[in-house]
Amino acid sequence: MSTMALAAVMIATVSCKDGNKKEATTPVSTEMHQKTMDDKEDMAMGKSQDAKAEAILKDYFSLKDALVNDDNSLAKELGNMLAQSLKSFDASSYSDNEQNELKDIIEDATEHAEHIGESDINHQREHFKTLSKDMTDIVAITGTSMTIYEQFCPMYDKGTAWLSASKEIMNPYYGSQMLTCGKVQKEIN
Amino acid sequence: MIFFLVVMVGIQFIPTNPNQSDVVPDTDFMLVNKVPSKIRGIIEVSCYDCHSNNTKYPWYNKIQPAAWYLESHINEGKSVLNFNEWGTLSDRRKKSKLKSIKSQIKNGKMPMQSYTFIHKDATLSGDDRTYIAKYLQELSSSIK
Repeated sequence: MSTMALAAVMIATVSCKDGNKKEATTPVSTEMHQKTMDDKEDMAMGKSQDAKAEAILKDYFSLKDALVNDDNSLAKELGNMLAQSLKSFDASSYSDNEQNELKDIIEDATEHAEHIGESDINHQREHFKTLSKDMTDIVAITGTSMTIYEQFCPMYDKGTAWLSASKEIMNPYYGSQMLTCGKVQKEIN
Repeated sequence: MIFFLVVMVGIQFIPTNPNQSDVVPDTDFMLVNKVPSKIRGIIEVSCYDCHSNNTKYPWYNKIQPAAWYLESHINEGKSVLNFNEWGTLSDRRKKSKLKSIKSQIKNGKMPMQSYTFIHKDATLSGDDRTYIAKYLQELSSSIK
């Protein structure tokens, strides 16, 4: 058990480093903090691309909440909704390299979101794991006006991360079974 | 009744596009990954009819509407996963595909029952499933 936890921490450290490097290049808005999720005005003030990334994040967070609440059918609905917003993401203002990378990540994320739209809850959670990785990589490129927290559960599938708009741990991989398992491993913005 | 017969005879003349190719491209799953022959054999027999550019058709593909039914399955299968085009996928996509393949095989969802019902040789035993899943996991770990 302790070796597993150690390995998990090591993985967490590695992924932190990786993420920080990428983020250094994205502009950080200091005024806009936490809970701007529903604040349309704040979003409109930012770059339009940011607003698009926020639209994806918003759907992702709703999906995460459905999984936290063990709500299989709501998660299906929200998975399909996320797939739609991913498909309508406009990457045209990014550099060619970023566009290529975004296209690849979004294609991947869309597939996971679509699978979530038609699966049982265990399967939804499996896909949510990779989806969360994809979302993290998208945000590393686009940046965001929101403050998000990368959280980590050492128990699920050898250690698994997810993103949340709130600092408080609500575990989407276990739901009510182990609601508060996990920790904040990184604050983004 | 006569109408039904006319329709049934009529649709026999509607052509379908057979999913067949003599070429195995460099991007094929087996070539890209240098897959060991035992795994290769299992995957080619059990998956390639619907997930590659080359289907070994059964006799009833000569008859409509069976041919349409097969065609739609093959098109759907290839759109989700085409082993012949494996090498064109990014590492991220490969990892996701491997994860899905592994889970479909492990959970007994693939190969589909409607397929193994006819293609008995495509049926995977429990051992086969475990063996392939293990290989796919290793393959996935080898991708950064």
